[in-house]
Amino acid sequence: MKVKDEIVKGGLCAAALLSVAVLLIVVGYVFVNGIGVISLNFLLESPYRFEYGGIFPQIIGSICLVAVCLIFAVPMGVASAIYLAEYASDNVITRTVRFFVECLAGIPSIVIGLFGLIFLVYYLDLGICMLSGGLALGFMILPWTVRASEEAIKTVPHAYREASLALGVSKWRTIRSVVLKSAYPGIITGILLGMGKAIGETAVVLLTAGSGLESFLPKSIFDPVASLPVYIYMMATQGHTSAAYSRTFGASLVLITMFLVISIFALLLRNRYIRRMGRR
Amino acid sequence: MYLLERVRTFRSRRMDSGTEEKIVEKLLFIAALSSTLIVFFIIAFMFKEGIPALALGWDFFFGMIWRPSHNQYGIVPLVVCTFIVGIGALVIAAVIGIPAAIFLAEYAPAWLRNIIKPCVELLVGIPSIVLGFFGLIVIVTYIRDSFGGYGECILAGWIILAIMTLPHVISISEDSIRAVPKGYKEGSLALGATQLQTIKKVILPNARSGILAAMVLGMGNAIGETMAVLMVIGNPEIPFIPSSILDPVRVLTSTIVIEIPYAVWGSLHQQALFALGVVLFIVVAILNLITTAVVRKGAMR
Repeated sequence: MKVKDEIVKGGLCAAALLSVAVLLIVVGYVFVNGIGVISLNFLLESPYRFEYGGIFPQIIGSICLVAVCLIFAVPMGVASAIYLAEYASDNVITRTVRFFVECLAGIPSIVIGLFGLIFLVYYLDLGICMLSGGLALGFMILPWTVRASEEAIKTVPHAYREASLALGVSKWRTIRSVVLKSAYPGIITGILLGMGKAIGETAVVLLTAGSGLESFLPKSIFDPVASLPVYIYMMATQGHTSAAYSRTFGASLVLITMFLVISIFALLLRNRYIRRMGRR
Repeated sequence: MYLLERVRTFRSRRMDSGTEEKIVEKLLFIAALSSTLIVFFIIAFMFKEGIPALALGWDFFFGMIWRPSHNQYGIVPLVVCTFIVGIGALVIAAVIGIPAAIFLAEYAPAWLRNIIKPCVELLVGIPSIVLGFFGLIVIVTYIRDSFGGYGECILAGWIILAIMTLPHVISISEDSIRAVPKGYKEGSLALGATQLQTIKKVILPNARSGILAAMVLGMGNAIGETMAVLMVIGNPEIPFIPSSILDPVRVLTSTIVIEIPYAVWGSLHQQALFALGVVLFIVVAILNLITTAVVRKGAMR
Protein backbone atom coordinates (compact mmCIF):
# COMPACT_ATOMS: atom_id res chain seq x y z
CA MET A 1 0.00 0.00 0.00
CA LYS A 2 2.75 2.39 1.03
CA VAL A 3 4.74 1.65 -2.15
CA LYS A 4 1.70 2.15 -4.33
CA ASP A 5 1.03 5.53 -2.70
CA GLU A 6 4.59 6.58 -3.39
CA ILE A 7 4.35 5.52 -7.04
CA VAL A 8 1.11 7.43 -7.55
CA LYS A 9 2.60 10.49 -5.88
CA GLY A 10 5.59 10.28 -8.19
CA GLY A 11 3.32 10.00 -11.23
CA LEU A 12 1.26 13.02 -10.21
CA CYS A 13 4.41 15.01 -9.53
CA ALA A 14 5.74 14.06 -12.97
CA ALA A 15 2.52 15.31 -14.61
CA ALA A 16 2.77 18.65 -12.81
CA LEU A 17 6.43 19.09 -13.71
CA LEU A 18 5.78 18.02 -17.30
CA SER A 19 3.09 20.63 -17.79
CA VAL A 20 5.28 23.42 -16.46
CA ALA A 21 8.27 22.11 -18.42
CA VAL A 22 6.35 22.09 -21.72
CA LEU A 23 5.34 25.69 -21.28
CA LEU A 24 8.82 26.77 -20.19
CA ILE A 25 10.32 24.96 -23.19
CA VAL A 26 8.13 26.97 -25.55
CA VAL A 27 9.13 30.28 -23.97
CA GLY A 28 12.78 29.20 -23.70
CA TYR A 29 12.93 28.07 -27.32
CA VAL A 30 11.56 31.38 -28.55
CA PHE A 31 14.01 33.23 -26.30
CA VAL A 32 17.08 31.30 -27.45
CA ASN A 33 16.21 31.63 -31.13
CA GLY A 34 15.02 35.20 -30.93
CA ILE A 35 17.64 36.86 -28.77
CA GLY A 36 20.25 36.79 -31.56
CA VAL A 37 18.11 38.95 -33.85
CA ILE A 38 17.27 41.58 -31.26
CA SER A 39 19.30 44.71 -31.78
CA LEU A 40 18.60 48.40 -31.74
CA ASN A 41 18.30 48.36 -35.54
CA PHE A 42 15.78 45.54 -35.45
CA LEU A 43 13.65 47.38 -32.92
CA LEU A 44 13.86 50.81 -34.56
CA GLU A 45 13.78 50.09 -38.31
CA SER A 46 10.88 49.53 -40.68
CA PRO A 47 10.60 46.25 -42.57
CA TYR A 48 11.51 46.36 -46.27
CA ARG A 49 11.36 43.85 -49.13
CA PHE A 50 9.18 41.61 -47.00
CA GLU A 51 11.77 39.81 -44.91
CA TYR A 52 14.39 42.45 -44.19
CA GLY A 53 14.58 45.36 -41.80
CA GLY A 54 13.06 45.67 -38.35
CA ILE A 55 9.72 45.77 -36.63
CA PHE A 56 9.37 49.37 -35.42
CA PRO A 57 5.95 50.07 -37.05
CA GLN A 58 4.67 46.74 -35.72
CA ILE A 59 5.62 47.55 -32.12
CA ILE A 60 4.12 51.04 -32.32
CA GLY A 61 1.02 49.66 -34.08
CA SER A 62 0.42 47.05 -31.40
CA ILE A 63 0.74 49.66 -28.66
CA CYS A 64 -1.66 52.01 -30.49
CA LEU A 65 -4.23 49.23 -30.97
CA VAL A 66 -4.14 48.30 -27.30
CA ALA A 67 -4.45 51.99 -26.37
CA VAL A 68 -7.58 52.46 -28.51
CA CYS A 69 -8.97 49.21 -27.12
CA LEU A 70 -8.45 50.38 -23.51
CA ILE A 71 -9.88 53.85 -24.17
CA PHE A 72 -13.08 52.10 -25.21
CA ALA A 73 -13.21 49.09 -22.90
CA VAL A 74 -12.07 50.58 -19.58
CA PRO A 75 -14.66 53.36 -19.12
CA MET A 76 -17.43 51.12 -20.50
CA GLY A 77 -16.41 48.14 -18.41
CA VAL A 78 -15.90 50.02 -15.15
CA ALA A 79 -19.14 52.00 -15.59
CA SER A 80 -21.11 48.81 -16.29
CA ALA A 81 -19.54 47.15 -13.27
CA ILE A 82 -20.41 50.10 -11.01
CA TYR A 83 -23.99 49.98 -12.21
CA LEU A 84 -24.26 46.22 -11.72
CA ALA A 85 -22.61 46.23 -8.30
CA GLU A 86 -23.94 49.43 -6.76
CA TYR A 87 -27.16 50.58 -8.41
CA ALA A 88 -28.90 47.62 -9.96
CA SER A 89 -31.36 45.71 -7.90
CA ASP A 90 -31.69 42.06 -8.73
CA ASN A 91 -34.31 42.21 -11.46
CA VAL A 92 -34.87 41.05 -15.02
CA ILE A 93 -32.77 43.84 -16.54
CA THR A 94 -29.65 43.23 -14.48
CA ARG A 95 -29.94 39.50 -14.92
CA THR A 96 -30.18 40.01 -18.67
CA VAL A 97 -27.18 42.33 -18.70
CA ARG A 98 -25.13 39.86 -16.69
CA PHE A 99 -26.17 36.97 -18.94
CA PHE A 100 -25.15 38.89 -22.06
CA VAL A 101 -21.81 39.88 -20.54
CA GLU A 102 -21.16 36.19 -19.83
CA CYS A 103 -22.18 35.42 -23.43
CA LEU A 104 -19.73 37.99 -24.76
CA ALA A 105 -16.94 36.37 -22.75
CA GLY A 106 -17.62 33.04 -24.44
CA ILE A 107 -17.69 34.25 -28.04
CA PRO A 108 -14.65 32.98 -29.97
CA SER A 109 -12.34 35.79 -31.05
CA ILE A 110 -12.71 34.93 -34.74
CA VAL A 111 -16.45 35.61 -34.49
CA ILE A 112 -15.71 38.99 -32.92
CA GLY A 113 -13.31 39.60 -35.81
CA LEU A 114 -16.03 38.76 -38.35
CA PHE A 115 -18.45 41.04 -36.54
CA GLY A 116 -15.86 43.84 -36.55
CA LEU A 117 -15.40 43.32 -40.28
CA ILE A 118 -19.09 43.49 -41.13
CA PHE A 119 -20.20 46.07 -38.56
CA LEU A 120 -17.28 48.46 -38.03
CA VAL A 121 -15.45 48.15 -41.33
CA TYR A 122 -18.39 47.91 -43.74
CA TYR A 123 -21.62 48.95 -42.01
CA LEU A 124 -20.21 51.96 -40.12
CA ASP A 125 -17.80 52.41 -43.03
CA LEU A 126 -14.75 53.00 -40.85
CA GLY A 127 -12.63 50.90 -43.19
CA ILE A 128 -9.83 48.59 -42.14
CA CYS A 129 -8.07 50.83 -39.68
CA MET A 130 -6.71 51.37 -36.20
CA LEU A 131 -10.09 52.50 -34.86
CA SER A 132 -11.92 49.38 -36.12
CA GLY A 133 -9.18 47.10 -34.78
CA GLY A 134 -9.07 48.82 -31.41
CA LEU A 135 -12.85 48.78 -30.97
CA ALA A 136 -13.09 45.11 -31.98
CA LEU A 137 -10.36 44.28 -29.44
CA GLY A 138 -12.36 46.35 -26.95
CA PHE A 139 -15.47 44.21 -27.56
CA MET A 140 -13.29 41.18 -26.86
CA ILE A 141 -11.90 42.29 -23.49
CA LEU A 142 -15.01 44.18 -22.30
CA PRO A 143 -16.49 41.23 -20.38
CA TRP A 144 -13.20 40.69 -18.55
CA THR A 145 -13.01 44.30 -17.41
CA VAL A 146 -16.66 44.20 -16.32
CA ARG A 147 -16.19 40.96 -14.39
CA ALA A 148 -12.92 41.95 -12.69
CA SER A 149 -14.23 45.40 -11.75
CA GLU A 150 -17.50 44.05 -10.41
CA GLU A 151 -15.67 41.50 -8.28
CA ALA A 152 -13.27 44.15 -6.95
CA ILE A 153 -16.14 46.52 -6.12
CA LYS A 154 -18.05 43.78 -4.33
CA THR A 155 -15.12 42.95 -2.03
CA VAL A 156 -15.13 46.49 -0.59
CA PRO A 157 -16.60 46.07 2.91
CA HIS A 158 -20.12 47.39 3.40
CA ALA A 159 -19.08 49.32 6.50
CA TYR A 160 -17.01 51.69 4.33
CA ARG A 161 -20.06 52.66 2.29
CA GLU A 162 -22.30 52.95 5.33
CA ALA A 163 -19.79 55.15 7.16
CA SER A 164 -19.53 57.45 4.17
CA LEU A 165 -23.30 57.61 3.61
CA ALA A 166 -23.86 58.25 7.31
CA LEU A 167 -21.63 61.31 7.04
CA GLY A 168 -24.14 62.72 4.57
CA VAL A 169 -22.03 62.07 1.49
CA SER A 170 -24.09 61.39 -1.62
CA LYS A 171 -24.08 57.96 -3.23
CA TRP A 172 -22.05 58.90 -6.30
CA ARG A 173 -19.44 60.73 -4.16
CA THR A 174 -19.25 57.65 -1.93
CA ILE A 175 -18.64 55.43 -4.91
CA ARG A 176 -16.08 57.78 -6.38
CA SER A 177 -14.04 58.56 -3.33
CA VAL A 178 -14.55 55.51 -1.11
CA VAL A 179 -15.53 52.44 -3.11
CA LEU A 180 -13.40 53.00 -6.21
CA LYS A 181 -10.48 54.08 -4.08
CA SER A 182 -10.32 50.76 -2.28
CA ALA A 183 -11.28 48.68 -5.33
CA TYR A 184 -8.83 50.15 -7.82
CA PRO A 185 -6.00 47.57 -7.47
CA GLY A 186 -8.50 44.84 -8.38
CA ILE A 187 -9.84 46.87 -11.28
CA ILE A 188 -6.34 47.57 -12.61
CA THR A 189 -5.46 43.87 -12.37
CA GLY A 190 -8.46 43.07 -14.54
CA ILE A 191 -7.48 45.75 -17.05
CA LEU A 192 -3.90 44.47 -17.23
CA LEU A 193 -5.06 40.90 -17.86
CA GLY A 194 -7.32 42.23 -20.62
CA MET A 195 -4.34 44.11 -22.08
CA GLY A 196 -2.35 40.89 -22.16
CA LYS A 197 -5.15 39.22 -24.09
CA ALA A 198 -5.50 42.13 -26.50
CA ILE A 199 -1.83 42.48 -27.34
CA GLY A 200 -1.45 38.87 -28.45
CA GLU A 201 -4.73 38.59 -30.32
CA THR A 202 -4.27 37.89 -34.01
CA ALA A 203 -7.54 36.88 -35.66
CA VAL A 204 -9.45 40.03 -34.68
CA VAL A 205 -6.62 42.35 -35.74
CA LEU A 206 -6.07 40.49 -38.99
CA LEU A 207 -9.66 41.05 -40.07
CA THR A 208 -10.17 44.60 -38.83
CA ALA A 209 -6.89 46.52 -38.53
CA GLY A 210 -4.82 45.50 -41.52
CA SER A 211 -3.31 42.33 -42.87
CA GLY A 212 -0.41 43.77 -44.84
CA LEU A 213 3.16 44.25 -43.70
CA GLU A 214 2.75 48.01 -43.49
CA SER A 215 6.13 49.59 -43.20
CA PHE A 216 4.86 53.04 -42.31
CA LEU A 217 3.51 54.50 -39.11
CA PRO A 218 -0.22 55.27 -39.00
CA LYS A 219 -0.91 59.00 -39.29
CA SER A 220 -4.41 58.91 -37.83
CA ILE A 221 -6.75 56.39 -36.26
CA PHE A 222 -8.37 55.92 -39.69
CA ASP A 223 -5.20 54.44 -41.21
CA PRO A 224 -4.54 50.72 -41.44
CA VAL A 225 -1.99 49.70 -38.86
CA ALA A 226 0.72 47.05 -38.63
CA SER A 227 0.96 44.86 -35.53
CA LEU A 228 3.26 42.25 -34.08
CA PRO A 229 0.88 39.25 -34.20
CA VAL A 230 0.01 39.88 -37.86
CA TYR A 231 3.72 40.30 -38.68
CA ILE A 232 4.45 36.93 -37.06
CA TYR A 233 1.56 35.29 -38.92
CA MET A 234 2.58 36.68 -42.31
CA MET A 235 6.27 35.89 -41.91
CA ALA A 236 5.65 32.39 -40.56
CA THR A 237 3.18 31.37 -43.25
CA GLN A 238 4.55 33.21 -46.29
CA GLY A 239 8.26 33.72 -45.71
CA HIS A 240 10.25 30.55 -46.20
CA THR A 241 13.81 31.79 -45.81
CA SER A 242 15.94 31.66 -42.72
CA ALA A 243 16.00 35.48 -42.65
CA ALA A 244 12.20 35.47 -42.36
CA TYR A 245 12.18 32.81 -39.64
CA SER A 246 14.83 34.48 -37.53
CA ARG A 247 12.88 37.78 -37.72
CA THR A 248 9.72 35.92 -36.76
CA PHE A 249 11.50 34.58 -33.68
CA GLY A 250 12.68 38.10 -32.87
CA ALA A 251 9.15 39.49 -33.18
CA SER A 252 7.76 36.56 -31.11
CA LEU A 253 10.30 37.31 -28.39
CA VAL A 254 9.28 40.98 -28.32
CA LEU A 255 5.59 40.03 -28.17
CA ILE A 256 6.10 37.44 -25.43
CA THR A 257 8.19 39.89 -23.42
CA MET A 258 5.47 42.55 -23.64
CA PHE A 259 2.86 39.96 -22.64
CA LEU A 260 4.91 38.62 -19.72
CA VAL A 261 5.72 42.10 -18.37
CA ILE A 262 2.03 43.02 -18.38
CA SER A 263 0.98 39.72 -16.79
CA ILE A 264 3.67 39.64 -14.11
CA PHE A 265 2.68 43.16 -13.16
CA ALA A 266 -0.96 42.04 -12.93
CA LEU A 267 -0.12 39.00 -10.78
CA LEU A 268 2.07 41.00 -8.38
CA LEU A 269 -0.61 43.63 -8.01
CA ARG A 270 -3.25 40.99 -7.37
CA ASN A 271 -1.18 39.18 -4.76
CA ARG A 272 -0.51 42.41 -2.89
CA TYR A 273 -4.19 43.27 -3.10
CA ILE A 274 -5.26 39.86 -1.78
CA ARG A 275 -2.81 40.13 1.11
CA ARG A 276 -4.15 43.60 1.96
CA MET A 277 -7.73 42.38 1.86
CA GLY A 278 -6.73 39.43 4.04
CA ARG A 279 -5.26 41.66 6.72
CA ARG A 280 -8.51 43.53 7.21
CA MET B 1 -25.56 85.04 9.47
CA TYR B 2 -22.59 82.84 8.70
CA LEU B 3 -24.59 79.79 9.70
CA LEU B 4 -27.44 80.79 7.45
CA GLU B 5 -25.01 81.13 4.55
CA ARG B 6 -23.69 77.64 5.24
CA VAL B 7 -27.16 76.17 5.33
CA ARG B 8 -28.08 77.84 2.07
CA THR B 9 -24.98 76.65 0.23
CA PHE B 10 -25.41 73.19 1.66
CA ARG B 11 -28.97 73.09 0.41
CA SER B 12 -28.13 74.30 -3.07
CA ARG B 13 -25.28 71.87 -3.26
CA ARG B 14 -27.58 69.08 -2.26
CA MET B 15 -30.02 70.02 -4.99
CA ASP B 16 -27.19 70.00 -7.53
CA SER B 17 -25.87 66.71 -6.35
CA GLY B 18 -29.42 65.35 -6.57
CA THR B 19 -29.63 66.00 -10.29
CA GLU B 20 -26.02 64.93 -10.70
CA GLU B 21 -26.88 61.67 -8.97
CA LYS B 22 -29.69 61.00 -11.41
CA ILE B 23 -27.59 61.81 -14.46
CA VAL B 24 -24.76 59.59 -13.26
CA GLU B 25 -27.11 56.71 -12.62
CA LYS B 26 -28.58 57.07 -16.12
CA LEU B 27 -25.11 57.17 -17.69
CA LEU B 28 -23.97 54.08 -15.80
CA PHE B 29 -27.16 52.31 -16.84
CA ILE B 30 -26.54 53.18 -20.48
CA ALA B 31 -23.00 51.79 -20.22
CA ALA B 32 -24.30 48.53 -18.74
CA LEU B 33 -26.96 48.32 -21.41
CA SER B 34 -24.51 48.86 -24.26
CA SER B 35 -22.54 45.73 -23.39
CA THR B 36 -25.83 43.91 -23.88
CA LEU B 37 -26.37 45.72 -27.15
CA ILE B 38 -22.96 44.61 -28.44
CA VAL B 39 -23.86 40.94 -27.98
CA PHE B 40 -27.23 41.59 -29.55
CA PHE B 41 -25.58 43.29 -32.53
CA ILE B 42 -23.07 40.46 -32.91
CA ILE B 43 -25.85 37.88 -33.07
CA ALA B 44 -28.00 40.02 -35.39
CA PHE B 45 -25.23 40.88 -37.85
CA MET B 46 -23.79 37.36 -37.97
CA PHE B 47 -27.21 35.90 -38.72
CA LYS B 48 -28.08 38.61 -41.22
CA GLU B 49 -24.92 37.91 -43.21
CA GLY B 50 -25.08 34.17 -42.80
CA ILE B 51 -28.75 33.56 -43.55
CA PRO B 52 -28.52 33.07 -47.36
CA ALA B 53 -26.00 30.27 -46.74
CA LEU B 54 -27.85 28.85 -43.72
CA ALA B 55 -30.96 28.81 -45.93
CA LEU B 56 -29.28 26.20 -48.12
CA GLY B 57 -30.46 23.93 -45.33
CA TRP B 58 -29.63 20.31 -45.94
CA ASP B 59 -26.87 21.08 -48.47
CA PHE B 60 -25.16 23.34 -45.94
CA PHE B 61 -25.56 21.39 -42.72
CA PHE B 62 -25.22 17.88 -44.13
CA GLY B 63 -23.28 18.54 -47.34
CA MET B 64 -20.11 16.48 -47.58
CA ILE B 65 -18.16 18.78 -49.91
CA TRP B 66 -16.81 22.24 -49.19
CA ARG B 67 -15.56 23.62 -52.50
CA PRO B 68 -16.28 27.36 -52.96
CA SER B 69 -14.95 27.35 -56.54
CA HIS B 70 -17.78 24.97 -57.47
CA ASN B 71 -20.30 26.75 -55.22
CA GLN B 72 -20.51 23.75 -52.92
CA TYR B 73 -20.76 24.63 -49.27
CA GLY B 74 -21.19 21.48 -47.17
CA ILE B 75 -19.82 21.88 -43.66
CA VAL B 76 -19.73 18.24 -42.51
CA PRO B 77 -15.97 17.70 -43.10
CA LEU B 78 -15.16 21.00 -41.34
CA VAL B 79 -17.33 20.24 -38.32
CA VAL B 80 -16.04 16.67 -38.02
CA CYS B 81 -12.42 17.87 -38.17
CA THR B 82 -13.14 20.61 -35.63
CA PHE B 83 -14.44 18.07 -33.14
CA ILE B 84 -11.66 15.56 -33.84
CA VAL B 85 -9.01 18.20 -33.18
CA GLY B 86 -10.83 19.69 -30.17
CA ILE B 87 -11.66 16.43 -28.40
CA GLY B 88 -8.22 14.89 -28.98
CA ALA B 89 -6.47 17.97 -27.59
CA LEU B 90 -8.75 18.00 -24.59
CA VAL B 91 -8.04 14.32 -23.81
CA ILE B 92 -4.29 15.00 -23.84
CA ALA B 93 -4.75 18.12 -21.69
CA ALA B 94 -6.94 16.17 -19.22
CA VAL B 95 -4.53 13.23 -18.93
CA ILE B 96 -1.70 15.58 -17.96
CA GLY B 97 -3.67 18.43 -16.38
CA ILE B 98 -5.91 16.63 -13.88
CA PRO B 99 -3.08 14.66 -12.21
CA ALA B 100 -1.05 17.87 -12.16
CA ALA B 101 -3.95 19.66 -10.45
CA ILE B 102 -4.27 16.84 -7.88
CA PHE B 103 -0.56 17.05 -7.17
CA LEU B 104 -0.68 20.82 -6.75
CA ALA B 105 -3.71 20.75 -4.48
CA GLU B 106 -2.90 17.71 -2.33
CA TYR B 107 0.77 16.75 -2.39
CA ALA B 108 2.93 19.68 -3.45
CA PRO B 109 4.93 21.35 -0.67
CA ALA B 110 4.22 25.07 -0.40
CA TRP B 111 7.49 26.19 -2.00
CA LEU B 112 6.99 24.03 -5.09
CA ARG B 113 3.40 25.15 -5.43
CA ASN B 114 4.49 28.77 -5.18
CA ILE B 115 6.72 28.20 -8.21
CA ILE B 116 4.38 26.09 -10.35
CA LYS B 117 1.12 27.94 -9.77
CA PRO B 118 2.28 31.41 -10.95
CA CYS B 119 3.98 29.81 -13.98
CA VAL B 120 0.72 28.13 -14.96
CA GLU B 121 -1.26 31.32 -14.39
CA LEU B 122 1.16 33.38 -16.45
CA LEU B 123 0.88 31.00 -19.34
CA VAL B 124 -2.92 30.96 -19.49
CA GLY B 125 -2.98 33.85 -21.91
CA ILE B 126 0.25 33.30 -23.84
CA PRO B 127 -0.26 34.68 -27.37
CA SER B 128 -1.55 31.83 -29.48
CA ILE B 129 0.27 33.03 -32.58
CA VAL B 130 3.59 32.39 -30.82
CA LEU B 131 2.53 28.87 -29.85
CA GLY B 132 1.46 28.29 -33.44
CA PHE B 133 4.81 29.43 -34.75
CA PHE B 134 6.60 27.18 -32.25
CA GLY B 135 4.43 24.28 -33.40
CA LEU B 136 5.18 25.01 -37.03
CA ILE B 137 8.94 25.08 -36.52
CA VAL B 138 9.42 22.38 -33.87
CA ILE B 139 6.48 19.96 -33.76
CA VAL B 140 5.61 19.89 -37.46
CA THR B 141 9.26 19.37 -38.38
CA TYR B 142 9.61 16.60 -35.80
CA ILE B 143 6.51 14.77 -37.05
CA ARG B 144 7.63 15.11 -40.67
CA ASP B 145 11.06 13.72 -39.88
CA SER B 146 9.96 10.80 -37.74
CA PHE B 147 6.58 9.75 -39.19
CA GLY B 148 6.76 11.07 -42.75
CA GLY B 149 4.04 12.96 -44.56
CA TYR B 150 3.74 16.73 -44.57
CA GLY B 151 4.05 17.07 -40.83
CA GLU B 152 1.13 19.50 -40.73
CA CYS B 153 -1.58 17.20 -39.40
CA ILE B 154 -4.13 16.35 -36.71
CA LEU B 155 -1.42 15.16 -34.33
CA ALA B 156 0.38 18.52 -34.48
CA GLY B 157 -2.95 20.28 -33.86
CA TRP B 158 -3.62 18.06 -30.85
CA ILE B 159 -0.26 18.79 -29.27
CA ILE B 160 -0.40 22.57 -29.77
CA LEU B 161 -4.01 22.86 -28.60
CA ALA B 162 -3.27 20.64 -25.59
CA ILE B 163 -0.42 22.99 -24.61
CA MET B 164 -2.84 25.91 -24.93
CA THR B 165 -5.67 24.38 -22.89
CA LEU B 166 -3.43 22.80 -20.24
CA PRO B 167 -3.10 25.91 -18.03
CA HIS B 168 -6.91 26.41 -18.05
CA VAL B 169 -7.55 22.78 -17.12
CA ILE B 170 -4.94 22.82 -14.33
CA SER B 171 -6.03 26.07 -12.69
CA ILE B 172 -9.79 25.42 -12.75
CA SER B 173 -9.42 21.77 -11.63
CA GLU B 174 -7.07 22.77 -8.82
CA ASP B 175 -9.51 25.42 -7.61
CA SER B 176 -12.35 22.90 -7.50
CA ILE B 177 -10.22 20.30 -5.67
CA ARG B 178 -9.29 22.95 -3.12
CA ALA B 179 -12.93 23.90 -2.71
CA VAL B 180 -13.76 20.46 -1.22
CA PRO B 181 -14.36 21.09 2.50
CA LYS B 182 -11.41 20.19 4.73
CA GLY B 183 -13.68 18.24 7.07
CA TYR B 184 -14.43 15.61 4.42
CA LYS B 185 -10.77 14.91 3.91
CA GLU B 186 -9.96 14.88 7.62
CA GLY B 187 -12.90 12.59 8.32
CA SER B 188 -11.68 10.11 5.75
CA LEU B 189 -8.09 10.21 6.99
CA ALA B 190 -9.29 9.79 10.60
CA LEU B 191 -11.10 6.61 9.59
CA GLY B 192 -7.73 5.19 8.59
CA ALA B 193 -7.94 5.65 4.84
CA THR B 194 -4.66 6.40 3.12
CA GLN B 195 -4.17 9.69 1.33
CA LEU B 196 -4.55 7.98 -2.05
CA GLN B 197 -7.84 6.34 -1.00
CA THR B 198 -9.06 9.67 0.32
CA ILE B 199 -8.29 11.40 -2.97
CA LYS B 200 -9.96 8.65 -4.99
CA LYS B 201 -13.06 8.11 -2.87
CA VAL B 202 -13.69 11.47 -1.22
CA ILE B 203 -12.00 14.37 -2.92
CA LEU B 204 -12.38 13.55 -6.60
CA PRO B 205 -16.09 12.66 -6.41
CA ASN B 206 -16.74 15.95 -4.64
CA ALA B 207 -14.65 17.99 -7.06
CA ARG B 208 -16.17 16.22 -10.04
CA SER B 209 -18.50 18.97 -11.21
CA GLY B 210 -15.72 21.57 -11.12
CA ILE B 211 -13.37 19.34 -13.09
CA LEU B 212 -16.12 18.56 -15.58
CA ALA B 213 -16.78 22.28 -15.99
CA ALA B 214 -13.08 22.82 -16.65
CA MET B 215 -13.22 20.16 -19.37
CA VAL B 216 -16.25 21.62 -21.14
CA LEU B 217 -14.81 25.13 -20.93
CA GLY B 218 -11.49 23.85 -22.28
CA MET B 219 -13.38 22.24 -25.13
CA GLY B 220 -15.04 25.57 -25.97
CA ASN B 221 -11.66 27.31 -25.95
CA ALA B 222 -10.12 24.60 -28.11
CA ILE B 223 -12.88 24.77 -30.71
CA GLY B 224 -12.87 28.55 -30.85
CA GLU B 225 -9.08 28.81 -31.02
CA THR B 226 -7.88 30.09 -34.37
CA MET B 227 -4.29 31.04 -35.01
CA ALA B 228 -2.32 28.33 -33.22
CA VAL B 229 -4.35 25.57 -34.85
CA LEU B 230 -4.36 27.23 -38.26
CA MET B 231 -0.58 27.20 -38.46
CA VAL B 232 -0.02 23.50 -37.78
CA ILE B 233 -2.90 21.51 -39.29
CA GLY B 234 -2.15 21.94 -42.99
CA ASN B 235 -5.51 23.24 -44.26
CA PRO B 236 -5.86 21.19 -47.49
CA GLU B 237 -7.45 22.87 -50.52
CA ILE B 238 -10.51 20.61 -50.32
CA PRO B 239 -11.29 19.50 -46.78
CA PHE B 240 -11.97 15.80 -46.26
CA ILE B 241 -12.75 13.51 -43.36
CA PRO B 242 -9.35 12.23 -42.21
CA SER B 243 -8.47 8.56 -41.99
CA SER B 244 -5.28 8.85 -39.94
CA ILE B 245 -3.89 11.28 -37.38
CA LEU B 246 -1.16 12.22 -39.88
CA ASP B 247 -3.70 13.64 -42.35
CA PRO B 248 -3.91 17.39 -42.83
CA VAL B 249 -7.30 18.82 -41.85
CA ARG B 250 -9.28 22.03 -42.02
CA VAL B 251 -11.36 23.34 -39.10
CA LEU B 252 -14.12 25.98 -38.90
CA THR B 253 -11.91 28.78 -37.58
CA SER B 254 -9.02 28.25 -39.99
CA THR B 255 -11.38 28.14 -42.97
CA ILE B 256 -12.76 31.56 -42.05
CA VAL B 257 -9.34 33.19 -41.70
CA ILE B 258 -7.90 31.63 -44.85
CA GLU B 259 -10.83 32.23 -47.17
CA ILE B 260 -12.21 35.61 -46.07
CA PRO B 261 -9.56 37.62 -47.98
CA TYR B 262 -10.46 35.78 -51.21
CA ALA B 263 -14.23 35.78 -50.82
CA VAL B 264 -15.97 38.26 -53.11
CA TRP B 265 -17.97 40.68 -50.97
CA GLY B 266 -21.68 39.87 -51.11
CA SER B 267 -21.15 36.48 -52.76
CA LEU B 268 -22.56 33.24 -51.42
CA HIS B 269 -18.99 32.29 -50.49
CA GLN B 270 -18.69 35.23 -48.13
CA GLN B 271 -22.13 34.50 -46.68
CA ALA B 272 -21.15 30.87 -46.17
CA LEU B 273 -18.10 32.00 -44.18
CA PHE B 274 -20.33 34.10 -41.92
CA ALA B 275 -22.60 31.07 -41.59
CA LEU B 276 -19.53 29.12 -40.38
CA GLY B 277 -19.12 31.85 -37.79
CA VAL B 278 -22.74 31.34 -36.72
CA VAL B 279 -22.21 27.58 -36.40
CA LEU B 280 -19.06 28.15 -34.35
CA PHE B 281 -20.86 30.65 -32.16
CA ILE B 282 -23.75 28.24 -31.51
CA VAL B 283 -21.47 25.27 -30.72
CA VAL B 284 -19.43 27.32 -28.25
CA ALA B 285 -22.59 28.84 -26.72
CA ILE B 286 -24.01 25.34 -26.13
CA LEU B 287 -20.76 24.24 -24.47
CA ASN B 288 -20.84 27.34 -22.25
CA LEU B 289 -24.45 26.66 -21.26
CA ILE B 290 -23.45 23.12 -20.28
CA THR B 291 -20.61 24.54 -18.16
CA THR B 292 -22.97 26.91 -16.36
CA ALA B 293 -25.46 24.09 -15.76
CA VAL B 294 -22.72 21.79 -14.40
CA VAL B 295 -21.35 24.49 -12.12
CA ARG B 296 -24.82 25.39 -10.84
CA LYS B 297 -25.68 21.77 -10.18
CA GLY B 298 -22.39 21.33 -8.31
CA ALA B 299 -23.07 24.47 -6.27
CA MET B 300 -26.56 23.22 -5.37
CA ARG B 301 -25.19 19.97 -4.04
